[in-house]
Amino acid sequence: MTPETLAALTEARAAKRPVVLATRLTDGVQLLLPSDAASPDLNAAALRALDRDENATKEIDGAAWFLHAYAPPVRLVIVGAVHIAQSLVPMAAHLGVSLTVVDPRRSFATEDRFPNVTLMDDWPDEAMDKIAPDARTAIITLTHDPKLDDPALDRALKSEAFYIGSLGSKKTHAARLARLTALGHDEAALARIKGPVGLDIGAITAPEIALSILAEFIVYRRRLGKA
Amino acid sequence: MNTDMLSVAAAWKAAGEDVAIATVTETWGSSPRPTGSQLVVTKSGKLEGSVSGGCIEGAVAEAAVRTIESGVPQLLDFGVSNEQAWEVGLACGGKVKVFVERLA
Repeated sequence: MTPETLAALTEARAAKRPVVLATRLTDGVQLLLPSDAASPDLNAAALRALDRDENATKEIDGAAWFLHAYAPPVRLVIVGAVHIAQSLVPMAAHLGVSLTVVDPRRSFATEDRFPNVTLMDDWPDEAMDKIAPDARTAIITLTHDPKLDDPALDRALKSEAFYIGSLGSKKTHAARLARLTALGHDEAALARIKGPVGLDIGAITAPEIALSILAEFIVYRRRLGKA
Repeated sequence: MNTDMLSVAAAWKAAGEDVAIATVTETWGSSPRPTGSQLVVTKSGKLEGSVSGGCIEGAVAEAAVRTIESGVPQLLDFGVSNEQAWEVGLACGGKVKVFVERLA
């Protein structure tokens, strides 16, 4: 890899611009895609790789190319700087996601409790408007408090977020769905909310619940672009 | 744990090391690490990252030193079909291809 290629790749990733590093395996020639200098077939393959978040060797223009997709990290937004969030955040950090914790209650969302994480103390709907969730964003609400969870879920349902989870018992969740219905969300929209959140692994403690939530998150994260 | 091998490679290069990057480019069967997994190697003997469960890192590191010296990239092929399966092959029965390049 030339210093120029490394610098360009590093710069693209810092700017969260999706790029593919294409390497011709016969001689090591490298291109950063998409690029006007590359063939249409190479550029098309690069866009597919980014869409599917997939690294693969492809036969293109009569040569084997390794396409390494550098998509910006998936974003995980956690609403509620609560006890479970304190377990969830360090575990999620190992998954290579970009983490944001939202909680307007300033005694909860402190840097002491959540070091090295983006903290937002906006009201959840305003925070969500700033975050602008897209198809590579997951949202998990943990507060149990309708006045904090509901505005976040309302905004989440209006977005293309690929995973929406909400902590709470079946009874809490049923009441939550009734309130969101009153806000105008139909059944199909509400089915997007995973509640009770997480895979059923019999989790009891906060770290166990965090693990069950992240396991479910991974199910959806790995399906991205492969529907 | 730093999982971003490019930043490790860049940091070691900036510190004056001779650096090679090994990347898994193809896998078959039950190989332990997905395509795109990387191992960074220095001529001085530092290693970070992985391209297998630990079975082929030694052989990849040796190849990486040759690539650092020659500047010529290599495409390495590991699998159980290899005569030396238990020495440099994958005990899991999978196969991998690993591309090794020098960071110039």
